[in-house]
Amino acid sequence: MTITSQKISPAERLVSLFEQSRGTLNEGSSPLLNRMREVSMKRFAQAGIPDFKTEDYKYTNLNTALAKSYKQELVRENGVIDLNVVFERHIPQLDTHLVFLVNGWFYKGNKPESGLPKGIVLDSLEQVANQKPALIQDFLNRQAALSNDPFVALNTAFAKDGFFLYVPKGVALEKPVQIINLLSSDENLMVTQRNLIVAESAAQAKVLVCDYTLTSSSFLYNSVTEVFADEDSLVDVYTIQNQNNQTTAINSTFIKQERNSVLNTGAFSLHTGLVRNNLKIVMNGDHAEASALGISLTDKKQHVDNFVLINHDKPNCTSNQLFKNILDDDSTGAFAGRIHVARDAQQTNAFQRNNNVLLSDKSRMQTKPQLIIDADDVKCSHGATVGQIDEDALFFLRARGIGEKEARTMLMNAFAHEVIQKVSIEPLRERLSELIEKRMNGEIAKGHEQ
Amino acid sequence: MLSIKNLRASVEGKEILKGINLEIKAGEVHAIMGPNGSGKSTLANVLAGREDYEILSGEVTYMGQDLLELSPEDRSRSGLFLSFQYPVEIPGVPMVNFIKTAVNEHRKFKGLEPLTAGEFLKLMRAKKDMLHLDTELTNRSVNEGFSGGEKKKNEIFQMAMLEPKLAILDETDSGLDIDALRIVAEGVNALKTPENATIVVTHYQRLLDYIVPDFVHVLYKGRIVKSGGKELALELEEKGYDWIKNGEN
Repeated sequence: MTITSQKISPAERLVSLFEQSRGTLNEGSSPLLNRMREVSMKRFAQAGIPDFKTEDYKYTNLNTALAKSYKQELVRENGVIDLNVVFERHIPQLDTHLVFLVNGWFYKGNKPESGLPKGIVLDSLEQVANQKPALIQDFLNRQAALSNDPFVALNTAFAKDGFFLYVPKGVALEKPVQIINLLSSDENLMVTQRNLIVAESAAQAKVLVCDYTLTSSSFLYNSVTEVFADEDSLVDVYTIQNQNNQTTAINSTFIKQERNSVLNTGAFSLHTGLVRNNLKIVMNGDHAEASALGISLTDKKQHVDNFVLINHDKPNCTSNQLFKNILDDDSTGAFAGRIHVARDAQQTNAFQRNNNVLLSDKSRMQTKPQLIIDADDVKCSHGATVGQIDEDALFFLRARGIGEKEARTMLMNAFAHEVIQKVSIEPLRERLSELIEKRMNGEIAKGHEQ
Repeated sequence: MLSIKNLRASVEGKEILKGINLEIKAGEVHAIMGPNGSGKSTLANVLAGREDYEILSGEVTYMGQDLLELSPEDRSRSGLFLSFQYPVEIPGVPMVNFIKTAVNEHRKFKGLEPLTAGEFLKLMRAKKDMLHLDTELTNRSVNEGFSGGEKKKNEIFQMAMLEPKLAILDETDSGLDIDALRIVAEGVNALKTPENATIVVTHYQRLLDYIVPDFVHVLYKGRIVKSGGKELALELEEKGYDWIKNGEN
């Protein structure tokens, strides 16, 4: 199905596509997903596509990207992926439970059940919704439905598949789960992906999501991931984004944490076109801990916007945010971090920092920390810096015989190091350092020129 | 080894070096002394290739090459070493990675294979023993959280690893207590050979008790106003810089 370019607005075009494809969208899909479509589409139609007048989207203009025509795969296309091509894309090779998704669809060739501890489910959301709806009915769209973001509503209207991870009570998944999201198409393609992670009480899971493009087409990738971390659970969700310059990716992650849960997240944007990462964490139980990390490396006309919202609704919780951007050429970045401490959330510790390095005169960074504190016994801090490369350090390294390019790479790696050392999956730290080095010396960009 | 002719340099439009002439041969130790603001550090930094300075005129020949044409990294690889007055802290760059990269860049420049991990560790251990350094310094990020003395010892350690032909020690004695000063000076002396040369830039005579110069030059207002043997340093110590200043006026 193709959205043709007419004189109607991009939002209207999406509404009309939805109306034409209702039957196809509902076909093969569980009522759990289908029953949310109409109301969500209505919400999207009412809100429209946000522009610079919308406060939350002030620094990220999606209208240009949405004005393009995109095909959608509203039914699964059973292609076969060539793993040799996939791994040329600098995907971190770690000892993991590995599954693939292609254009938002859980890949049929996955063999996830092998080696997974008993009781754990790692499968297609579409399939689980059809076959074991009881597993997801209390969780699906419970957080996302509360969002005012039109892209979340758009996702819910079109969502058919994604991954589902379920870790039952007390079970620890030792090896990380690695989700490789591939975008592959010869035509411009809009992809909607819906994911769900449920960790029951005292469960442990580490998830590494890798977003890649395999072709040079324009992609409009709209993903929503909901995470439920029950009491005493420990959940890590890290994302590595390595997509071509024509990709627009809007990723919305909703996390709900219960008592004593520990949650670690990180968004590592290595290469991309335009990225908007929405992260919302709600601390719904006391003594919960959350860490949100981010590193973005941008050049050319790339843009990365991290939009973070942490709600401390219960007392004695701790949150830490550390986001860093390195911007070159004409690239731009934005960071907004809002911490909301509710009235009864005493003894809250909430810290936030955003450091940025501009490598060129034309790169721009917008940073907007925000604290809303309704409790009186809290420790909160925020800080933001925008600076240039440390010329003294650069000269020091060169004066020891290290070439300028290598010296710059060393310094950028050092800048990123503070974030990387906080990553809770240890083998991932080294891989991230390598990837950042490859990004700095141009190897990652080359991968997208094929 | 090094020949400086009528070197003039400015920073932010202000002329700091106003015509320096200096000849240094292999095996020699030269001390450059002078009051604050006389241009000592500028000279050291210009020789190392710092880009904040503008060269107005003059020439510098180092080992038969036009030094001013070389990038800072090529000067280093050609055997010129600047021990920084204020060594930079670089959090996140481990000392070992830094010094290994530097050593191997020097080797590559000379057409040698990079050292294996084993060879490198052996070399590092030998140099640390020679300088009586504790191993702890190399397990951290470059100069991060180092005391003033540790930073200077670390400079001499890097010098030992890179084995320069011409070492320029910029105020290496500043901020050092007498024990640290002795360790640093012993390190410099241990690295001394008939083939290499040293320029000691210092405000005080104290360091020259430990590193004995063959020649002493007094820099004042961007010019070398007096040169002599090691006794000149003692004379300066006794009479103070006013002696030079008054001589000028």
